Amino acid sequence: MLSIKNLHASIGDKEILKGINLEVKAGEIHAIMGPNGAGKSTLASIIAGNENYEVTAGEISLDGEDLSELAPEERAHKGVFLSFQYPVEIPGVSVTNFIRTAINETRKANGLEEMPAKDMLKVIREKSELLEIDRKFLSRSLNEGFSGGEKKRNEIFQMAMLEPKLAILDETDSGLDIDALRIVANGVNKLKSDKNAIVVITHYQRLLDYIVPDFVHVLYNGKIVKSGGKELAHELEEKGYDWIKQEQEA
Amino acid sequence: MSKYTEDDLKIELENKEYEYGFYTELESETFPIGLNEDIVRAISHKKGEPQWMTDWRLEAFRAWEQMTEPEWANVHYTKPDFQAISYYSAPKAVDPNKTLDDVDPELLEMYKKLGISVDEQKMMNNVAMDIVVDSVSVATTFKKTLGEKGIIFMSISEAIKEHPELVRKYLGTVVPQKDNFYAALNSAVFSDGSFCYIPKGVRCPMELSTYFRINQAGTGQFERTLLVADEGSYVSYLEGCTAPSRDENQLHAAVVELIALDDAEIKYSTVQNWYPGNKEGKGGVFNFVTKRGICEKNAKISWTQVETGSAITWKYPSVILKGDNSVGEFYSIAVTNNFQQADTGTKMIHLGKNSKSTIISKGISAGRSQNSYRGLVQISARADNARNFSQCDSLLMGNNCGAHTFPYIESKNPSAKIEHEATTSKIGEDQVFYCNQRGIPTEKAIALIVNGFSKEVLNKLPMEFAVEAQKLLEISLEGSVG
Repeated sequence: MLSIKNLHASIGDKEILKGINLEVKAGEIHAIMGPNGAGKSTLASIIAGNENYEVTAGEISLDGEDLSELAPEERAHKGVFLSFQYPVEIPGVSVTNFIRTAINETRKANGLEEMPAKDMLKVIREKSELLEIDRKFLSRSLNEGFSGGEKKRNEIFQMAMLEPKLAILDETDSGLDIDALRIVANGVNKLKSDKNAIVVITHYQRLLDYIVPDFVHVLYNGKIVKSGGKELAHELEEKGYDWIKQEQEA
Repeated sequence: MSKYTEDDLKIELENKEYEYGFYTELESETFPIGLNEDIVRAISHKKGEPQWMTDWRLEAFRAWEQMTEPEWANVHYTKPDFQAISYYSAPKAVDPNKTLDDVDPELLEMYKKLGISVDEQKMMNNVAMDIVVDSVSVATTFKKTLGEKGIIFMSISEAIKEHPELVRKYLGTVVPQKDNFYAALNSAVFSDGSFCYIPKGVRCPMELSTYFRINQAGTGQFERTLLVADEGSYVSYLEGCTAPSRDENQLHAAVVELIALDDAEIKYSTVQNWYPGNKEGKGGVFNFVTKRGICEKNAKISWTQVETGSAITWKYPSVILKGDNSVGEFYSIAVTNNFQQADTGTKMIHLGKNSKSTIISKGISAGRSQNSYRGLVQISARADNARNFSQCDSLLMGNNCGAHTFPYIESKNPSAKIEHEATTSKIGEDQVFYCNQRGIPTEKAIALIVNGFSKEVLNKLPMEFAVEAQKLLEISLEGSVG
């Protein structure tokens, strides 16, 4: 589904990604781990099409289609979803209004009619129950005054609504207490199918107890330096990132 | 990357032409240019006014001659040559005795372009309209329905003839002839406008609406609106304005007076979309408007405005809170783009005890425009326990526009409570990217963000107007995003 080949990217003069290779197939969950500053969030942003970064070499494709010329919204229309590490506030725009606009713009781009209001409300009800979201929450301004946990839950709610092919969860566990973490992880697991794929970006192994990855990759200094099964996450937890650093610098 | 960026959008939108820029070929009767006592007399005569009205106009004219144009506003423009303007232009096809069916089909066509087909308005919207095209009121609907409740809603010219006692009693009581330069000019030469009287205890069953439009080249529009809500009555009044695009600047100097007697409530909503000039800042309407209301005991006046048009806007809808427990409100959205300049705000003059006022102002600036909020909150010595809350928020798009806030607070009573909050923000790239990532294209994202920003004020508009205003914001933003 997602294929990344020899991806190099920089911001200004600074090269952040130095040749990433990654293959993600439908039905798989991949975890990308690594110390701060390794380039994890940059990778997520670039897949989503953030133009603050310049792709200097390599390619990213989704189901064989090159994404590099596509605008962020076009990538979204093709099924790329990014759960942001720091979701922005949009005052005065309710959670409901925002997701309705997002869904209808996506449908429009794919040649579909707008979703009838009745259906929309039904789906919103279903998905908010899945993530144990209170009805009142839906009429609040997007992310304004939300706690860290509420923000992340709202991101996964949007993922549930949009049903993306490829979901990238960027540090979705940060700011979550253990209960919220469980709810969010359950939600993600229920959304998982053999048609879609999930890339989990995380600093800690904790989230991976709930969302169990098929593959774990370690990103260090702009490169994937180690890949393995879920046991790699435990090993990292035990030995710490210094282990990777020492190995790399040795 | 051949990406559609915010800059592309900015360019595309700046090139987008004014949507209402068509010009209807109506045979007009236009006065020679220039202003003197004879012209003032001729206007009054043309309209068949009684002597007291002619004298009232002349008094205003003589005062105006002695006055100079105000320069304190944060706007810069070449002053209009008041002797190069024609002060009266009436579409010839109009005969005030005829019914709507007899109205020039071209006029009706023009309403259609504006999306305000009178029939449609009648049938669908439950809105009574008094349409002012270049000064003469051409169609008044719903008169009968309103008549049954004793509500008077007609052009001010008619009212001067049919209800002289009411007009004489209230005209100029809130905005005196000599109030300011433009008000004096308006008092001397006003061509038409609306008059509305709601009798004691009557709740007006529908929104009353006036549509203003400047059509003829080189004419100024000077409407005069007088709205009286008698004791315990209620009325909601809507005013919409557009003008075709023209290279030269057109002058618009209106006066609106609202009188809310004891326990009465007036809600006055405006959507102003006069031609803003082209993207080089050429042409556009000079909008110099005096709007003021007075509240007697327990009365309430609420101004809501969406200002998206005009090259220059100079406008401060105000409330004199004369009666005890009276309430004044001002909700405003002002959008400026390209070279537009707006200096707008309100004055809340607290005279009565326990009087309360609320000011919510949302300024949105784009292009090279300048957007200023100017407000005065004045608490007099006898206004015990007066309260004011003001909130002024500015949203900037791009790096070449400006937002300014000039709040003046004068309190002479120690029991007053006055709060002022202000914020300035910029549409962030991160907000736009977030929307993009969810499949929302940049243009739509900006409309969404701006609508969210303006929501508190949009919510104050009557339903049918709110939808129109939201669309208008989107159109203006399409042309104003930077």
